[in-house]
Order: sequence, then C-alpha cells, then structure tokens
Amino acid sequence: MAPTVTWAGVLVASVACYLLKLAGLALPQRWLQNPRFQATAPLIPIALLAALVGTGTFATGQHLVLDVRVAALAVAIVAVMLRAPFLVVVGVAAATAAMLRLVLP
Amino acid sequence: MPRETQRAILRDALGIAIASGAYAVAFGAISVASGLSLLQTCAMSIVMFTGASQFAMVGVIGAGGSAWAGALAAVLLGTRNAFYSLRLASLLDARGWRRLLAAQFVLDETTAMAIARDKPEQSRFAYYATGAALFTLWNVGTLIGALATKAMSDPKVFGLDAAVPAAFLALLAPRLRAWEPLAIAVAAAVVAIALLPFVPAGVPLLIVALLVSLFGWLRR
Repeated sequence: MAPTVTWAGVLVASVACYLLKLAGLALPQRWLQNPRFQATAPLIPIALLAALVGTGTFATGQHLVLDVRVAALAVAIVAVMLRAPFLVVVGVAAATAAMLRLVLP
Repeated sequence: MPRETQRAILRDALGIAIASGAYAVAFGAISVASGLSLLQTCAMSIVMFTGASQFAMVGVIGAGGSAWAGALAAVLLGTRNAFYSLRLASLLDARGWRRLLAAQFVLDETTAMAIARDKPEQSRFAYYATGAALFTLWNVGTLIGALATKAMSDPKVFGLDAAVPAAFLALLAPRLRAWEPLAIAVAAAVVAIALLPFVPAGVPLLIVALLVSLFGWLRR
C-alpha cells in the first residue's frame, strides 16, 4: 500500500476522531439528544466489533480462509467467557496460533 | 477536596493507565504487524487516542482493506465518544483552550472515572488525572509494542494476526450481557463474513454499520 494513502487515512481518521470527542463539549446539547439517535448509537460499536472479529478471523484479503486463526478465536472465546482480562485473551489467542503453526506442517 | 480522596483518585487513575499501557503495547505490535510504519502507529496513539478505533483501523488495513475503509471504521467506532463528551460537557465546564485539551481525554475510562464522583471538583480532578496518566502510558506502550515488533522478522510466527480478532472480541464481550446485543453481534459477524468475497475489503464493515443503524432507527 502506498504510504501516502496510509498517511492520509491515518491523519483524516485521527482528526475526525478528535472532532467527535470535541463535538459533545462544543455543540448545543440538543443536537445529539434525539431519542432514536441515542438508541441507535450504542448498537454501532457492537455490530462493527463483531464484524471485525468475523472478518479478522476468516479473511485473507478478499478470500475466506480456514486456518489456525479459527482455533485461536475459539480459545479467545473461552477466555472471554471465563472473564479473563484483555491481555490474557489476546495472549492466549496469539500463543495458540503461534504454537499450531509450529506443530502443523 | 480531602487528601485521602485525592490520593484514592490518583491511585485508581494510575491503575487504569497501567492496564491501558499494556493494552497499548498490543496495539503498537499489531499496528506494525499490519504494515503501518512506526511513525504512523505513534501518530495514531497521539492524535486519535481512542483504543477501539485504533484497533479497527489497523485491523482493516492488516486484513488487506484500504486505508480509507480503515479510516471509516475508526470514525464510526469513535462516534460513541461524542456521547461521552455530551455527558461530560456540563460536568467539566471547560472553555477556550481548556476545552481543546479536555476533548482529547474523552474516553470510556475517563468518563467512567468522572461520573463516578458526586462532587464536580472531584469529577474534574479524576477526569484530568486519569486522562493525563492514560495519555502518557498509552503512548509509551504503543512505542514499546511497535519497536519490539519492528525487531521481529515475521510477526505471523508469533500469532499476531490471530491477536487482532481476539482483541476485538475482548473489547466486544462487556457489551454482550443481554440477548439483543448478542444477537446483533452474531448477525453482524455472519453478514460481514458472507459479504467478504463479493465486495472490496473493509466494505462489509460499512454495510454492517448501515444495516444496524437502520435496525436501531426503525425498531420502535
């Protein structure tokens, strides 16, 4: 990927995220208080994070691939259900993938 | 404000910042493993400074998506901060240049620390103390993770590609304590995977965001 494009994306997204933080402090309170907007907003991170879990596990570029990442995700799900802290969840997933790659041909 | 209260707030702030710093090490590592440069990785932690958005951006890029698809995912995840800052506005009552500084600290953690206090003076102290500690350790952690990964020959050997979805899962899990969000999460993941072969990388996320917004808007 061209580094300039990456830079542009990084900077635009970073500034936009900052402006979102500023919005609630600076804009009139009523702008963000539409009840439908309030009911919808919390759903967006749930759907996006779940979609990222799905695509991050099965996607390689635009192809669906079954590999050790699926096993790593299964281990991560167990860790999450046991209420393991963030780093433990990430650590066991990475370790699972690394070890399977070492063992499998 | 009593001395003990001040000390208790500082202790909590430091605890949160240390935990987040460790999380930032993971971000720095995944970002560099996804193909972003050291400077881009650090710029994100300084300017964007909101964990889920940062992970989303590098996750999309790492999966082969365009920088713009990553940027859009980051911004969509960043919308929740606007609701936090809305809630904090009267509490912080920051004006002029202070408002510009206060805005950068709007995060899940700082909001939680500020609204947990019942006196405005303590809220403000908790907010800025947590924000400053977090900002510092978040950026130190990012740099450590990025430098360590740069030194590796192939991050895949260490399973860093599998760490990305696990990181999203860990961010998602606390939001799934009821049936509706769980159903939405499963549906979103299935739709995103199903769309994957047919549209450019990153686009499934946008379609999922659009669908869930429609659902939220129309459901009552």
